[in-house]
Amino acid sequence: MRFWPLSRRRTDLSNAVKRRRLIAALPLAGLLIAAPAAAALAQDAGGQAVLIGYLTRQEDPRTPASFLEPVATDEGLQGARLALADNNSTGMFLNQSFRLVEQVLPPDGDIAAGLKALADEGVRFVVADLPGDALLAIADRPEARSMLLFNARAPDDALRNEQCRANILHTAASRRMLADALAQYLAWKKWSGWSLLIGRDPGDALYADAVRRAAKRFGGRIVAEKSWTFDTGNRRTDTGVTTIQSDIPLATQGPDYDVLVVADEAGNFGDYLDGRTWHPRPVAGTQGLIATAWSRVNEQWGGTQLQSRFEKLADRWMLPRDYAAWLAVRSVGEAATRTGATGFDDLVAYLRSPEFELAGFKGEALSFRKWDGQMRQPILIAGPRMLVSVSPQEGFLHPVTPLDTLGDDAPESKCRFNR
Amino acid sequence: MRSLLCTMLFLAAPALIAEPVLAETIFVSNEKDNQIAVVDGDSLQITNKIKVGRRPRGITLSGDGTQLYVCAGDDNRVDVVDIASGKVVHSLPSGPDPELFVLSPDGNRLYVANEDDNMVTIIDIPSRKAVGNIQVGVEPEGMGISPDGKILVNTSETTNMAHFIDTEKRAVVGNVLVDSRPRVARFSDDGKHVWVSSEIGGTVSVIDAATRKVVKKIRFEVTGVRREAIQAVGIQMTRDGKRAFVALGPANRIAEIDTESFEVKRYFLVGQRVWNLAFSPDEKRLYTTNGISNDLSVIDLERNKVIKSIAVGGAPWGVVVKP
Repeated sequence: MRFWPLSRRRTDLSNAVKRRRLIAALPLAGLLIAAPAAAALAQDAGGQAVLIGYLTRQEDPRTPASFLEPVATDEGLQGARLALADNNSTGMFLNQSFRLVEQVLPPDGDIAAGLKALADEGVRFVVADLPGDALLAIADRPEARSMLLFNARAPDDALRNEQCRANILHTAASRRMLADALAQYLAWKKWSGWSLLIGRDPGDALYADAVRRAAKRFGGRIVAEKSWTFDTGNRRTDTGVTTIQSDIPLATQGPDYDVLVVADEAGNFGDYLDGRTWHPRPVAGTQGLIATAWSRVNEQWGGTQLQSRFEKLADRWMLPRDYAAWLAVRSVGEAATRTGATGFDDLVAYLRSPEFELAGFKGEALSFRKWDGQMRQPILIAGPRMLVSVSPQEGFLHPVTPLDTLGDDAPESKCRFNR
Repeated sequence: MRSLLCTMLFLAAPALIAEPVLAETIFVSNEKDNQIAVVDGDSLQITNKIKVGRRPRGITLSGDGTQLYVCAGDDNRVDVVDIASGKVVHSLPSGPDPELFVLSPDGNRLYVANEDDNMVTIIDIPSRKAVGNIQVGVEPEGMGISPDGKILVNTSETTNMAHFIDTEKRAVVGNVLVDSRPRVARFSDDGKHVWVSSEIGGTVSVIDAATRKVVKKIRFEVTGVRREAIQAVGIQMTRDGKRAFVALGPANRIAEIDTESFEVKRYFLVGQRVWNLAFSPDEKRLYTTNGISNDLSVIDLERNKVIKSIAVGGAPWGVVVKP
């Protein structure tokens, strides 16, 4: 088994990737310069560092269709690094320190062995930047029984329901939370007729399920459903526009609707839709007007500071996966700050208690739902260039908190934590 | 009869010239407009709008009351406005993204919170130079100073602490943990307590300045307003130390607190997302800035009534009153 810690990884990669790695490593150097006071102080105090593992696999970088978007090779990880720096800046005043143990496995790396390596180092908090199946596989490993995993990536609703695990907290928003957030906004707009266009990836079908459920909950009417069957191919083709221009009207032809809801999580085609649809109607969902946990367009509620700290560190803007990892690492830090403790059991007890609340730059405190471990949070409704709104929308009431109108509320949850 | 009236007028006239009843001027920083709205306290009309740097938020009067200092966050500087001419006369080097600051009691130093850099910058006003900085927690925001100028309290929004700073040593000498996203820090006039508001926590922590312990946590509850909308920000206390007023953000309320019992006595309904507030010099009125409804509410503290709201411009943020 080979693991790829940052220092060793470079020798195994192609030249092109090597260059990217070097660039990605530079911001880390900046972080080391910025944070030594914190680290030194905490170590001088003799405090035991709280270890937080970060477990992921190398992947081909996600290539957004738009040339304006950054191509990220370190999605997620940079969010964890920023939160670590934030934790240590605070820890400096409390003689607490935090260390991130990064396990970035090769594309075909053995996740279970990666988890074991973290366990061998004494890590008990693990930020899992993994798809749902890989997350479940490690959650059921013997080492994971004495660990707390943060799901900082997988949006699968099943992980919050039938497949939930007591040792997982979810900082990534679920598909249902995203779909409900969008549905509330569309309801507020009275755009109730939806045409659903679904991509070919398995996640797209699940996103469409969440959209159908949200339509029932918030008064949407799905007037048509279509599958996307065209091949958009690479974003850099000299004559690409011509084909797309004729494909999209065909793909979106049908009964009239108020809004075209697209399910294309990987961004294979969704960005091509706006301005080319059969009906002159807006696009929403995974592209166009999107529901997302985080977006560069948000600078409200002190978001300016988070965005600018992140960009200094990562040389690109913060993506939702970075934000979910940031929330996970900050949650551990916040629990340590509030309890004054650094022991695993104390911190976990606090994270799960009603006292826990995290400020996440979205105007209200975030906390974990006790029935499924999901972090409740406002969801941004964002256009490609501007923040449009934030859900929950005014008027969607809830006896405890309006945040629980998004996703699975206690009475409807199928999670029993008994596996 | 006529002569009597004349005599009365004659007697009254000099008094009016020397001591007008409400001669104060209110200055409001409009975050979106890059302007300071000037409101006449007598007519409650806008008399001028002064153009300043981008994203003006923190605003305070100079020691001699002839100038305004304004944080222009997006221009990374503090603008100095000459009140008489209504113009920016020069700028002070504040360090990056200044949001809030506090003036030393002798009027010579400005302590500025640099939100982006986890730092407090010290500006020497006579020489117009930054003369030092102090490392604090993540996202420094609120700034309070003890009446003797010896202790500075800075809040950091992500670290969630009030940092006590010795102004002579320029070093952090104590840290007090408070609720989420602390915003404003204010010393009581006797210097015994520091009040710190928490925006996300929705509370005010009263800290004993000597022991640096939270002695009271004030919570708010407004019928019909959800708990998340109660976000404590601006704090003002009367000179006699008996009453405190706290702005509650999107709850659109000002809470009046009895400082002896720490009980909330009443809530005033003002404009939307109220963040800051300032007394009239006679403390008979309270002016509040409402960032979403773009207005300034005027509370009559003798009748306990909101008597007026004045449209002042885009996203009013800070407010200061000149006697």
